[in-house]
Amino acid sequence: MRNAALLVRALADPSAIIGLDAADWTALVAIARAESLIGSLAWRLEALAVPDAVAAILADARRSAAQAQTQALWEGEMARRALAPLGIPVVLLKGTAYAAAGLEAARGRTIGDLDILVPRGALDQVEGALLAAGWEWVKEDPYDDLYYRRWMHELPPLIHRARDRMIDVHHTILPPTARPTPDPAALIAGSVALPTGLRILSPADMIVHSAAHLFADGDLAGGLRNLWDIDRLLRGFAAAPGFWSALADRAAHHQLQPAVARALRLARAIYATPVDADVAGPPRMADALYRRRLLARDGWGRERDKALRFAFYVRSHWLRMPPAMLARHLWTKARKSR
Amino acid sequence: MKHEARIRVGPIGFRVGSAWPGPVAALNALYDGYPTPRDDIPDFTVRLEPERPWRRWVRPSIAIRGDYVLPEASPLALAHGLLAAELGMNLQMALGQRRYLLLHASSVERDGRALLMTGESGAGKSTLAALLGERGWRLMGDEFALIDPATGLVWAFPRAISLKNQAIDVMASGLPQARFGPVLSGTPKGTIRHLRPDARAIAEMDAPARPALLLFPRYGFAEALRGVGAAEVFVRLTQASTNYVALGESGFNALRNLVEAIPACAIDYPDTASAVSLVERLWAELDG
Repeated sequence: MRNAALLVRALADPSAIIGLDAADWTALVAIARAESLIGSLAWRLEALAVPDAVAAILADARRSAAQAQTQALWEGEMARRALAPLGIPVVLLKGTAYAAAGLEAARGRTIGDLDILVPRGALDQVEGALLAAGWEWVKEDPYDDLYYRRWMHELPPLIHRARDRMIDVHHTILPPTARPTPDPAALIAGSVALPTGLRILSPADMIVHSAAHLFADGDLAGGLRNLWDIDRLLRGFAAAPGFWSALADRAAHHQLQPAVARALRLARAIYATPVDADVAGPPRMADALYRRRLLARDGWGRERDKALRFAFYVRSHWLRMPPAMLARHLWTKARKSR
Repeated sequence: MKHEARIRVGPIGFRVGSAWPGPVAALNALYDGYPTPRDDIPDFTVRLEPERPWRRWVRPSIAIRGDYVLPEASPLALAHGLLAAELGMNLQMALGQRRYLLLHASSVERDGRALLMTGESGAGKSTLAALLGERGWRLMGDEFALIDPATGLVWAFPRAISLKNQAIDVMASGLPQARFGPVLSGTPKGTIRHLRPDARAIAEMDAPARPALLLFPRYGFAEALRGVGAAEVFVRLTQASTNYVALGESGFNALRNLVEAIPACAIDYPDTASAVSLVERLWAELDG
């Protein structure tokens, strides 16, 4: 039975592709596309001899990722121009940040929306400036709009009228209803300016955010890709003196020590990422479940292990909001969908 | 998946998996004589699966999924399984193709040179290509033309021709029944019947051609001819391309080179006979 282990092996150790047969390659390509890792895989295998059909597919993926990055960076620049008059710090998050900083994590990575972090006090100004510069609301639904504004860590998504690209404006990195409460002011205070004037999170905060996104927020959809980001980031940051202790400090400060520790353990288990054993902490029973959930995909790119996936989906909501609120939210959503 | 077909159309290999035997059997029958993907590794995977688990048996309903998915795509009835497979392959091309500039255009070849025809759905580009394909031209494709950004050549993509409504009768007379798929009535696009291109279109599918002429045909009007300026051609082709934006600079360059290299003409035609003679005349004038 082929599963996503095929993909993570090839990413972690490209020489693992030696000896793959046509059926393995077919599965590997389908799984990599399903996990949005085909571009990353394409770069990892760039120098290796692969069958002609695979070489063509991977060359396409590299071109496609390069173009996506050009677009993402341009979108970041458009936001910079729209927000520059406000004189506030604008911090790029996730894929656009990695690309703007030229980090290894950006290589071959798909970048969807533009994610930025701004001071909460400036949200109204930011919203006004973006609307004036051609962004529009995606969701017209009043319930969704109110839900975002009251309970989420970001504005309702905006899409640019002419360029058709979305921007997510964050004021912190987890919903206010979630149990951990990160410190967004510290994220911004610790951020690093790029030559363009846009900012990125400090290395330690970047890992904390990525881990928060992976474990404390989502249902692990796209988890292998997020974990690959973490692997690439850690390999780049680990050499800097004091990085691991800074990571431990920041994780504790943002109340995300368990998420960061788990991210490190899983990165080590899945991508053989070298991690600091103290920050990673001792293994937990649930680690194996996470690993199984992350690898649950078959050679056709289909999701496997539906029950486990559903359990993680329920968990993601559980983590995001208190039970009574969750019940009310699901009830409203169910009634609206009929 | 339980049932699986593997076919190559021009340079593109597909794997189509299905939860039911029907769609794969129909696909294999229609694509009889086509090669399999290069190195036996397909470029794209299509999955035809039950929309919900119980929909495999109860009022079976096919969700079209695969490497690339349109979340809002509506499911099809099992009786339209062949159409689902075709749409699935189209979808992978439209959303995932990055090697070629993809133009929503039919193409035919003669003497190593290609005639491209594009226009809105129902304009007749597909029927016209099918007709020319039976009258001495090599059919390169009725749906997508693949422009290679590096060379400017057009590559053949001779999928089964999707004949709709009246076009079915136009083509049915005089061609062997074995080349036709089943009649699919009541589809979202009306009645559809697929036609396998002739043996030559399949045998020579690996030969690209140099684009020589671009036509914008329009069916159902009195015969008329109009030159189209480069700017209009360019804009119309950006609209006819599914991946022009995604290709970025290389897409722009490929399209600009194409528009600068070949003449373009809009033609109105009242019936197929006048269309064919109009095309032949314009083609002959290229060398004049």
